[in-house]
Amino acid sequence: MNGAPAIVSLRNVGKTYDSGTAALAGFDLDVRAGEFVSLLGPSGCGKSTALRIVAGLGEPTQGAVERPPGRMGFVFQEPTLMPWANVAANVRLPLRLARVDETQSRTAVTRTLARVGLTEFAGAYPRELSGGMKMRASIARALVTEPQLLLMDEPFAALDEITRFKLNNDLLKVWQELRRTVIFVTHSVFESVYLSQRVVVMTPRPGRVFAEIDVDAPYPRDERFRTSPEYAAACRQVAEALSAAMGDAR
Amino acid sequence: MNASALRVALPVVVLAIGVFMWDLAVRLFAIPPYVLPGPGLVLSTLFADAGLLGQSLLVTLTITLEGFLFAAVGGVALAVAFNQWRLIEQAFYPYAVILQVTPVVAIAPLLLIYLPQPLAVLTCAWIVAFFPVLANATLGLNSVDHNLIALFDLYKASRWQVLWQLKLPAALPQMLTGLRIAGGLSLIGAVVAEIAAGSAGAGSGLAYRIAESGYRLNIPRMFAALLLLSLAGVAIFFVLSALSHLALHRWHDSAVKREH
Repeated sequence: MNGAPAIVSLRNVGKTYDSGTAALAGFDLDVRAGEFVSLLGPSGCGKSTALRIVAGLGEPTQGAVERPPGRMGFVFQEPTLMPWANVAANVRLPLRLARVDETQSRTAVTRTLARVGLTEFAGAYPRELSGGMKMRASIARALVTEPQLLLMDEPFAALDEITRFKLNNDLLKVWQELRRTVIFVTHSVFESVYLSQRVVVMTPRPGRVFAEIDVDAPYPRDERFRTSPEYAAACRQVAEALSAAMGDAR
Repeated sequence: MNASALRVALPVVVLAIGVFMWDLAVRLFAIPPYVLPGPGLVLSTLFADAGLLGQSLLVTLTITLEGFLFAAVGGVALAVAFNQWRLIEQAFYPYAVILQVTPVVAIAPLLLIYLPQPLAVLTCAWIVAFFPVLANATLGLNSVDHNLIALFDLYKASRWQVLWQLKLPAALPQMLTGLRIAGGLSLIGAVVAEIAAGSAGAGSGLAYRIAESGYRLNIPRMFAALLLLSLAGVAIFFVLSALSHLALHRWHDSAVKREH
């Protein structure tokens, strides 16, 4: 997989907001096709800013960005569903905006809902769903266009641990089936190690890459991996890097 | 007795007691009808004058409805224009506020000079009903979830798609709140203008009947017309609330019953 070409590449990217806050400075990142990468750092370290720049939702004030052509999927920290539309209509939104015809989009929506386990809830409205199910719908919406690149901005941060573990497992399952590239932003050491092949540890204010740590454990990863010494060792290594990154900034 | 039955029963009991006390007072103190008619007399006047009052009610309701419709369409349209073009908002918003804060009672006589009477009444109804629609729709259009806007951006939605598929549906609850307020205010605007016009001796709406009956010391008819006016206001409120519930009950928190 190391031989795969980089599909996302950020070079010396800096972002300073109008307020004068420097969110990113000298930020470099390469992500290869099919890779699962986590950006890990404390709140306010600019990891969401980096993700938004990759998505094209904000332009950097400095540096160069290469993005893959075609559509990306983006999952926000909140489910960000349209409350007036049911699950199927929410998931269909990206296709509707691209004016994909009805029949074709119905097939895609049905298939994607099945993938995230929401088939029975296609007609439900967001307020009728639990937090975990709302997030599944949000992920389904991001996947429905079959994007090359899936960007996730702390999607499970607001969920309880049991639901988060379940969604971690389901996300990995989907990733193994589809082998899309995923960039996953999180502030949880445990989540980043569990999910990804590579953890990018960032320093706060301004955000820079402090360390990149490969997690070599093979997939499929499951609950056994969560309790393995291998997982614990990787977590310790990442946690140490994170605390060094934060000390570095003080 | 359960809570919902109590909610209906309590006001009815209060009404019954009130009407009973009213009737008792009129009989006990032998108050003449030209000072305070009893409830029975008001009711019988309502039926005796049903033709005349019904016609007036129709006039007032028609104007109220027209004023409301113009306010609804105009308010939403202007809110959309404000939302789409900041320059228009900056140029016109202060005047919308001025129109709103100037008491309509003071504008009505002027309008009656320049406009034919029915049109002046309609304009008054429109002026007071317009602002709550504009203000609430503007608020709704401007408070759309910014992440949803980012999402539409990400999928390269056109400005038109953002408006139709995101902003308008997202603003619907606030718009309906504006419309609910506008319905009642439109009636008030129509009544105020009719009263102002009434003193000029023209018109045949319910408010005009009240003014006219006042001059003739026909107090029972004043009460009957007033009763009809409040009933019309209540009916407007209920119709608009029902519409709002119908539009929102599947998805909006304000329309969802919660059990604790």
